[in-house]
Amino acid sequence: MKITVAGDVKEYADGITVADLIVSEDVETPAYVTVALNDEFVLTENHATTKLADGDNVEFLYFMGGGGCGVYK
Amino acid sequence: MAFTNEQLERYSRHIILQEVGAGGQKRLMDASVLIIGAGGLGAPAALYLAAAGVGRIGIADADAVDLSNLQRQVIHATADVGKPKVQSASESMLAINPEITVETHRMYVSASNILDLIAGYDFVIDGTDNFPAKFLINDACVLSGKAFSHAGIIRFQGQLMTYVPGEGPCYRCVFRDPPPPDAVPTCSQAGVIGAMGGVIGSLQAMEAVKYFIGQGELLTGALLTFNALTMEFRKVRLPRRADCQVCGAHPTILEPVDYALAACDLDGGG
Ligand SMILES: [Zn+2]
Repeated sequence: MKITVAGDVKEYADGITVADLIVSEDVETPAYVTVALNDEFVLTENHATTKLADGDNVEFLYFMGGGGCGVYK
Repeated sequence: MAFTNEQLERYSRHIILQEVGAGGQKRLMDASVLIIGAGGLGAPAALYLAAAGVGRIGIADADAVDLSNLQRQVIHATADVGKPKVQSASESMLAINPEITVETHRMYVSASNILDLIAGYDFVIDGTDNFPAKFLINDACVLSGKAFSHAGIIRFQGQLMTYVPGEGPCYRCVFRDPPPPDAVPTCSQAGVIGAMGGVIGSLQAMEAVKYFIGQGELLTGALLTFNALTMEFRKVRLPRRADCQVCGAHPTILEPVDYALAACDLDGGG
């Protein structure tokens, strides 16, 4: 089946879950990535049980710090 | 208020734009922005907003300029090392544009002072480097009904989004809770290309300008990501979360909260 991951259409085995995709895509800090599936957020606790279907669109949103410090203690 | 000849010349490249004009420039001059963090993101944002003639700019930061800041924090110069960042930033902004008012806030932001701090400004720019501060700023802006720009940078990556009350998700809709201390690297731990602050901080200034002149589309309901290695920008549409703890239908966060900071961020460097 075809899944669009971060804008790229990719071929994946039928029946894979969001958790499987996170492993396949080698996502950095997988426990803290936000997943949007077809414009809905998937809760972290549901990654392992959420199955993907042909045509799904998945986005990974990452925590990004950076900027300036000395503003919080 | 009519423009002086000097103002007409200084802002001529704005005024000539159909989308800005004299009216838009006037709105910028009547506007106020608070920049939290005079670092990699805050530096370019502050310089461009000062140059644009934003009438009143607040800058909040407790730190002093360190030599390791100068690789990216272009608002500070080598001679400023040791000086309070807010003072150095203020001097640079006023050197570009002595017409504006700069308000310096040499302080750490916290749950106890953030609401008072942001109350005096129309728009907030989050130029902080750590997640407790980012969630604090988000919550305070949502609770105060104030528009703000979120941004983050690390290594060769950057992201930003804009929150406008009632027009899309907040930062917490997307990221829910801060990661545990040290679970996710910040740029003081992982490094960042200096020009990344220039790219993303300038985009934050762009969002503030558009907010005031009322032109174009803001990054409300979208996260813009930039990968400098592939030179790809992506605009990812963001759903709103009806059960968001702070902006949802039944909020559980009714006042700003302080979270623990990662130990290695305490001495800063972002
Ligand atoms: Zn929210």
